[in-house]
Amino acid sequence: MPIVKSKNEKKRVWFAHLFLWVFCAAILFPLLMVVAISFREGNFASGSLIPTDPTLEHWKLALGIAVTNADGSITNPPFPVLLWLWNSIKVAGITSIFVLALSTTCAYAFARMRFAGKKVLLEGMLIFQMFPAVLALVALYALFDKVGQYIPFLGLNTHGGLIFAYLGGIALHVWTIKGYFETIDKSLEEAASLDGATPWQTFRLILLPLSVPILAVVFILSFVAAITEVPVASILLVDVDKYTLAVGMQQYLYPQNYLWGDFAAAAVLSALPITIVFLLAQKWLVGGLTAGGNKG
Amino acid sequence: MAIHCTLLNVGLKEVFMDQAIESGQSLSVRANWIKWIVLTLVSLVAGYAIVLMYAQNETIFALLTLVVVASGVVIFAREDTYSHRYIYPGVAAMVVFIIFPLMYTIGIAFTNYSGTNQLTFERVQTQFLAKTYDQPNSAYQFELYQVENYKIQLHFEKNGENYQTDAFNLGASEPITLAPSNGEKAGTKAAIRFIIQNRDALTKLNIISSDGHPLSMSGLREFSASSPLYQLQEDNITLVSQFDGEILKPNMDAGFYQAINAQGEFVGDTISPGFVVGNGWKNFTRIFLDKGIQGPFIQIFIWTVIFAGLTVLFTLAVGLVLASIVQWDELKGKAVYRMLLILPYAVPAFISILIFKGLFNQSFGEINQLLEGIFNFKVNWFTDPYMAKTMILIVNTWLGYPYIMILCMGLLKSIPSDLYEASAIDGAGPLDNFFKITLPLMIKPLTPLLIASFAFNFNNFVLIQLLTNGAPDIIGSSTPAGHTDLLVSYTYRIAFEGGGGQDFGLASAIATLIFIVVGALALLNLRVSKKQQA
Repeated sequence: MPIVKSKNEKKRVWFAHLFLWVFCAAILFPLLMVVAISFREGNFASGSLIPTDPTLEHWKLALGIAVTNADGSITNPPFPVLLWLWNSIKVAGITSIFVLALSTTCAYAFARMRFAGKKVLLEGMLIFQMFPAVLALVALYALFDKVGQYIPFLGLNTHGGLIFAYLGGIALHVWTIKGYFETIDKSLEEAASLDGATPWQTFRLILLPLSVPILAVVFILSFVAAITEVPVASILLVDVDKYTLAVGMQQYLYPQNYLWGDFAAAAVLSALPITIVFLLAQKWLVGGLTAGGNKG
Repeated sequence: MAIHCTLLNVGLKEVFMDQAIESGQSLSVRANWIKWIVLTLVSLVAGYAIVLMYAQNETIFALLTLVVVASGVVIFAREDTYSHRYIYPGVAAMVVFIIFPLMYTIGIAFTNYSGTNQLTFERVQTQFLAKTYDQPNSAYQFELYQVENYKIQLHFEKNGENYQTDAFNLGASEPITLAPSNGEKAGTKAAIRFIIQNRDALTKLNIISSDGHPLSMSGLREFSASSPLYQLQEDNITLVSQFDGEILKPNMDAGFYQAINAQGEFVGDTISPGFVVGNGWKNFTRIFLDKGIQGPFIQIFIWTVIFAGLTVLFTLAVGLVLASIVQWDELKGKAVYRMLLILPYAVPAFISILIFKGLFNQSFGEINQLLEGIFNFKVNWFTDPYMAKTMILIVNTWLGYPYIMILCMGLLKSIPSDLYEASAIDGAGPLDNFFKITLPLMIKPLTPLLIASFAFNFNNFVLIQLLTNGAPDIIGSSTPAGHTDLLVSYTYRIAFEGGGGQDFGLASAIATLIFIVVGALALLNLRVSKKQQA
């Protein structure tokens, strides 16, 4: 803390508060607006930030409940939002478990063992990680078309195939976990191996229990990454019932079928759980992000 | 701590001792047996699959399976590759899902693979040979009668003469020969609905006329004699039409069968379906020489660089300033500000981009309604190229600044506070502090992160795809292309949007060029971060 304080310090603090207030208001405007829109009547109505005549019709539709209109007609839910949410959580959850398994074993070898080609592999992984999957979609499509002929539950239009496709993206996680493993003192493992423990036993019984915080970070990061992935999912998944949220939400805003109000409710509903998890885990995630950034 | 460690050590020793005693030698021998059985089984199954793929002309996929499975088996079989067992699953996943698709894409760039040329030459030839034509004046009118035991009987009539089949089951596959009849029909006549319902089974029937021609169903009421349209010549590539004697040869430059004249030159239209052939550097020369592609390509390339550059600049400016303010000790309520400011990063991007798409909507969007209410004008966010680009930069700065802010908050802690004290003694203000201390000290550790951010935004497909899908369109382009398209979304649209004929070859050629840019950025990044550690 600076010891020397200038006279207009107070003015500056007030100015900073004012600036942050205005900035936060501008940043939060779109999010608050969507919450407001989700309670408005119809799909084209305009209005103020606080709806004058709030209605739950969009929320009912988003939750899969049909709405009876004033004229007696019935509006059915346009899309199975809850099913999409479940698909997303299922795919992202299973993906994260596998990603965690693959990247911890990889990171263990990179952090603790000596073997041929270690440096090349580490740097190669980092470089190839930067190539976006969008550019290889034709190849990925052909690949899963082929896989599906031999193993149907991993083919096109299956969640198994999508999970399988996401397993390629582990390089950054390997670096993050490796960095964390290197901060853990080796002496425990050395003691264990003197007592006859195999490398697998020292890994599973000593290193893993000590690394729970970073494993949680990687789990959440890969969970969020899988939930928000669009291009691969939109090429591999064909049926509306198989869609994940990231593919399905686009269906609301086509010019021919513009469902702005319904979209708003579905967006708030599906964004809330992910946002809350992220904010709760924020403290650890920030550490994980910077650790990944300072490629140790 | 020391005591704790010793205790833990003793505990561990017991665990391992117990396991060692329990397991003994018999267990490890058995485990070894199981390992070898599993490895053998995997090799056998994979070997069978590889032979199968190779036999079906899927050489590339056979090779991929061979490399992945063989290296796995070797690594798990040998004792001296013990360390590699830990990295094998992860590396194999990267090879299959990142490196293989990359190579495959580069391979496609040198072919004419597209919506019209999708199949291999052999498959296309088989399709041509399966084509048939109806011989003139060969139509037989038929009626279907249902007789006892769920059997059916067909009665045919041509030029006043009657024929009939024996009663048979509908799924019959053996040849059925027609016999002359006197026109008497037994059983009940089936309605047309029955014929429609069983059309597939009827089409598959193998019926032969009394003079020996095969007949096939050519309408709901008639069968006619049909014969193969093309006959394969002895060179195994030339096809001769049985209908008009036209001679077709594969045009290996175009990837189509085409008619030839007496001199052996290709004449007339190409005949679909086409097949995949290598066309060398043609896709690459098209990018740079074809006017309808070159113009949009260069325009989109420039915009992509500007977009990525400005995004990095804006997110850095906003993120660094906010991080400096939020880290300021005098400020109260920092935690609340921090959480609110990180919020755009916490909301999944695909949802917030779609939210902006709706808010910016030209007719119903809240932003235009607001502007109209206050300033009485509307902005053409999606039809005016400059406004569309402005909108994209606004949205992407909103999406991207929290990440930079988070990184900066971490790095700011490493700047020693006595620097600021010294500057305060010298009477420097906050602006001097920011530009003369914070910024110069932050730029160096931030550089690799900014390069990574540039590379990410260079390929920011999701933003463009969800927000504008490239709109507004570039006029005079021969492929789908828009003013706000980035190279990635341009590539995606060439490959998957119907209008341009799904030109996978061209798309892969552009993708290959992007790979070069990304590869260069990745190497640069690696070098910069290495230099910093040194």
